[in-house]
Amino acid sequence: MIRVAWLVATKDLRIEARSRVLLWQVFPFGAMALLLTGLALGPAHAGHSSAGPGLFYLVMLFVALLMINRSQVIEATPGTRASIATLGLDPAGVFLGKALALCVELWVSGLILLAGTVLVLHTALHGAFLALPSVLVTLAALAAAGTLYGAITSGGEGAATLLPVLCLPAFAPLLIAGERAFSAALTHGGLWEWWVIVVVALVAYVGVGILLYGVLEES
Amino acid sequence: MIKELSQRLLGPVTLALLALTFWLGLWVTPPDKVQGNLVRLLYVHPAVAWVALYVSFGTATIASCLYLWKRTRSWEMDRIAHCAMEVSVVFIILTLITGSIWGRPTWGVWWAWDARLTSTAILGVLALGYLALRRANDDPTLRAKRSAVFAIVSAINVPIIHFSVQWWKTLHQGATVFTSNRKLLVHGSMALTLLISFVGFTLLFFWLLRARYRLEVERDAAYRAAFDEAVSLRQREGVL
Amino acid sequence: MTPSPVVHLRGAVALSGGFPLLSGVDLDLDAASLNVITGANGAGKTSLLRLLAGLLTLSSGEASVCGVDVATGDLRQLRRRVGWLGHEGSFYADLTVRENLRFCARALERPLEDIDPVLERVGISSRADTITKNLSAGQRRRLGLAWLLLRRAELWLLDEPYASLDDQGRTFFDALLSEVIAAGATVVVSAHDPLRATTLRPRTITLAGGRVREVAP
Repeated sequence: MIRVAWLVATKDLRIEARSRVLLWQVFPFGAMALLLTGLALGPAHAGHSSAGPGLFYLVMLFVALLMINRSQVIEATPGTRASIATLGLDPAGVFLGKALALCVELWVSGLILLAGTVLVLHTALHGAFLALPSVLVTLAALAAAGTLYGAITSGGEGAATLLPVLCLPAFAPLLIAGERAFSAALTHGGLWEWWVIVVVALVAYVGVGILLYGVLEES
Repeated sequence: MIKELSQRLLGPVTLALLALTFWLGLWVTPPDKVQGNLVRLLYVHPAVAWVALYVSFGTATIASCLYLWKRTRSWEMDRIAHCAMEVSVVFIILTLITGSIWGRPTWGVWWAWDARLTSTAILGVLALGYLALRRANDDPTLRAKRSAVFAIVSAINVPIIHFSVQWWKTLHQGATVFTSNRKLLVHGSMALTLLISFVGFTLLFFWLLRARYRLEVERDAAYRAAFDEAVSLRQREGVL
Repeated sequence: MTPSPVVHLRGAVALSGGFPLLSGVDLDLDAASLNVITGANGAGKTSLLRLLAGLLTLSSGEASVCGVDVATGDLRQLRRRVGWLGHEGSFYADLTVRENLRFCARALERPLEDIDPVLERVGISSRADTITKNLSAGQRRRLGLAWLLLRRAELWLLDEPYASLDDQGRTFFDALLSEVIAAGATVVVSAHDPLRATTLRPRTITLAGGRVREVAP
């Protein structure tokens, strides 16, 4: 399982490094989305640091949807899907590999967006540093959940529009917990409840993914 | 014979319990010291929420698990999961409506960004997502497997909803029926009416589920007939 | 004792979106044989190959491929024993030829040292570091053959492999198929036009309406 996970993760990351979709499409999208949130808040509120955590996660959610779709599109060519299916890879390993690759991509996007949040929305730098661990774990949970949901919708009718419909409600509790943890880091408030939710969600999604990804691949 | 009897009695017993709930709730039980007659929603909202969050969603999740497990895999399980999720949508909507009706005079707003309400709304959208997923796949096996996995993954959110009352500061009333020490908060005729409402609405779920299931069986029979016709039409291709 | 066929289908029906792609296929294929599936567009050629690869669900009937029951067996084990060459692009377009083959080798735990000889055999070793999407259609077809040679499949399933090949390419292809059949593999090729493959004297199976209509010889 680990061997296959590493194989799939390095393959996905190599494809990403070569195609540079993250660099030329996702980052500009994230930057523009962040600017738009500032514009939507209006000049009086855009620079208010309490808005930072929520807006950061809102933009990360849209970035995550793009990346999840991208992760599935790599495999979506009918011929590619058939060729890879005939390799008979351990589905748990495939799930872990794709989730790991997506996690790395979300972390890279998240770090850059976090810097943008500090710069543009005036979120306190020290608070952003304190929030970093919770951000990384929340994004890891998003990656695990997104990989699962991406596989659920992959190849079906209207997959691109169905993905957000299925993902957004499932992501909401993660984003609530992530935002609360980020805000708590800024205000030195209590963090443990939000950590519990994010860690439990991460473990649960990884567990379910390992157990059930094979069913999705069969279908 | 017992199964047939229980199926025959399900409808009448459900209606009787619901009628009893409404009679007791509207006329017999006293108004609350603080909330007055508004408290009578106690005999509807918690029971509907219980059915929405636990009974119906739980039934859909268990049926999905049984479908995915090869030993118990059958089209019946897929049908039960699908029908239970449809009924779940109805009960979730009722939960939100009754909650809003209760919330308006209590909190002053129809909708508050309260953790429990918000989480219930999220669960409602998840249930709608399940139905959207089923419509996106024509192949019965593909549809059944993907829906089952989605239902199980979505069930992860149910405990988050359950713990949200304790873990988030919220406008929502705290535990309504029991304290965290399992001490009963509601007493006397109110407690009895509440119990009857829980049983009544739970039976209502199973009654609706059975009706919806029967419709699904007929739909599947029509599909099978159409499939047989499609196979024989296909076989005639290239021969004519 | 007659060896059991590599492929055994009886009344095999497969659906997609409620439409019966295959409507009751009866077919037996022997080991180390070349079989050509022909038929008009929509006859079910690709669907039959996908069923044999374990990529299509059997709705009813019997199907046994490489000893694996398609309805109840471990499809992942079946898929590892077959080699698929589709007429669409079959690889990761953003990886190089060598990277695609390395992925295949690592997935199947084959030695990486096998890659260079295979590239040499199919005649694209000069393009080993070319990104796959920059290959011509014929070169991509050769990459597909390299993939199949690397994985040493028991059952080769080739969907319209002669498309996009010039005469030289077809001659090379036929020679390669002869070699792999001599080595014990069973090859199933789908083609619109059976004449293309007659240099090898295959068994020709004609499909129409999702069923086998004719087998020759």
